[in-house]
Amino acid sequence: MIRVVLPVHLRTLARVDGSEVEVEVSGEATQGAVLDALEEKFPMLRGAIRDHVTHKRRDFIRFFACQEDLSHDPPDTPLPNAVIEGQEPFLVVGAMAGG
Amino acid sequence: MSGVRLLVGTRKGAFILTSDGKRKAWDVNGPLFAGWEMYHLKGSPADQDRLYASQTSGWFGQQVQRSDDGGKTWEPVGNEFAYDGVTGTHQWYDGTPHPWEFKRVWHLEPSLDDPDTVYAGVEDAAMFRTTDGGKTWHELPGLRGHGSGPAWQPGAGGLCLHTILLDPSNEKRMFIAISAAGAFRTDDTGETWKPINQGLKSEGIPDPKAEVGHCVHRIAMHPSRPDVLFMQKHWDVMRSDDAGDSWHEVSGNLPTDFGFPIDVHAHEPETIYVVPIKSDSEHYPPEGKLRVYRSRTGGNEWEALTNGLPQRDCYVNVLRDAMTVDSLDSCGIYFGTTGGQVYASTDSGDSWHAIVHDLPAVLSVEAQTLQ
Repeated sequence: MIRVVLPVHLRTLARVDGSEVEVEVSGEATQGAVLDALEEKFPMLRGAIRDHVTHKRRDFIRFFACQEDLSHDPPDTPLPNAVIEGQEPFLVVGAMAGG
Repeated sequence: MSGVRLLVGTRKGAFILTSDGKRKAWDVNGPLFAGWEMYHLKGSPADQDRLYASQTSGWFGQQVQRSDDGGKTWEPVGNEFAYDGVTGTHQWYDGTPHPWEFKRVWHLEPSLDDPDTVYAGVEDAAMFRTTDGGKTWHELPGLRGHGSGPAWQPGAGGLCLHTILLDPSNEKRMFIAISAAGAFRTDDTGETWKPINQGLKSEGIPDPKAEVGHCVHRIAMHPSRPDVLFMQKHWDVMRSDDAGDSWHEVSGNLPTDFGFPIDVHAHEPETIYVVPIKSDSEHYPPEGKLRVYRSRTGGNEWEALTNGLPQRDCYVNVLRDAMTVDSLDSCGIYFGTTGGQVYASTDSGDSWHAIVHDLPAVLSVEAQTLQ
């Protein structure tokens, strides 16, 4: 199981309690595979994190894990082992933007 | 028991205000979708409990919410707005071609007779339709594919399709307006469109009488007389008596003819309302006095309506989708402000009171007359 932390507005949209959800990834646990699994489990999140078709990350969404910014990693990049083993969460972050 | 439900979209959530037919005491429910920009909510004319809402965010993009119980509960429905075929380009601010990019839904217009059919006006300007209650959305590409499409250029608010009027006497005819392209009409259910801007004059474009390029802010129609249209343009209040084929100015004695909303009395097709705003760079009422202007002659002769509205130190704006009317015997008029007030009149505008004072900036107000 991969632990995923969602920002509050996406938790409300997905109607989940608590800050974390868990998704199961078959095959290699890449960033793209985790997002595929997340959208499969919570279809209302499609389009809210990345583009429906191109899967390009939305401008003000960031991906963090293990104190690293993974936002610019290609989608087929494997996640850190600590995330794959469930020790650390994969964070979907609404970027600080505005004044 | 009749009543009124107001669907209020704001910068930070939606609110539903309900009252009985007296419209004196109001229940306030909200914020719904707290923190999201709620551009527009509207109920189906065919089913008063079927509501649709456009929910947007600079972070998380577009959602469409649907309620089947008058707003008690909501479900997210389809939010994929993919342009049909080759995306193409419109003109960017610097004059270069810019690919069409979906940004948000400005306006949702449910069909007059089918709760599952809804039209959506979006930015970058295009029109979409769902026929399955919002699950899937498909573009009506004839509009964006109109020959003038590549020349459309966004105004300061974006290249938005913000107004959709359905002709109740002719299901094939619709009117739409785009900032800053102008007004368009279809007579074949959206397959093809023609610009209907003859008579408009806009000094801010190279050819003031160009076929397209006008910054239309809002169009209104009385359902009993769908060939008569009223328009609040960037500057100028206009009228057409031939379904948009030609327009003439009816600004008359208004203190300024800049503004955003325009609406028509529910029972008097020649009675129309606007909210004059000082100028395109000073988006607030002239002299700090919030005045609705009413014409009972279809334009040209206007009277200020001030009873109950602030007449000093008022510097709010009223946005294009933020005025509406109910259809009770004594017509109710409502409008919301960027200062978070929603004002109501139950006597055709003669007197006003604030239902709420302190909401986030109001983007849209729609009235449902409940049976």
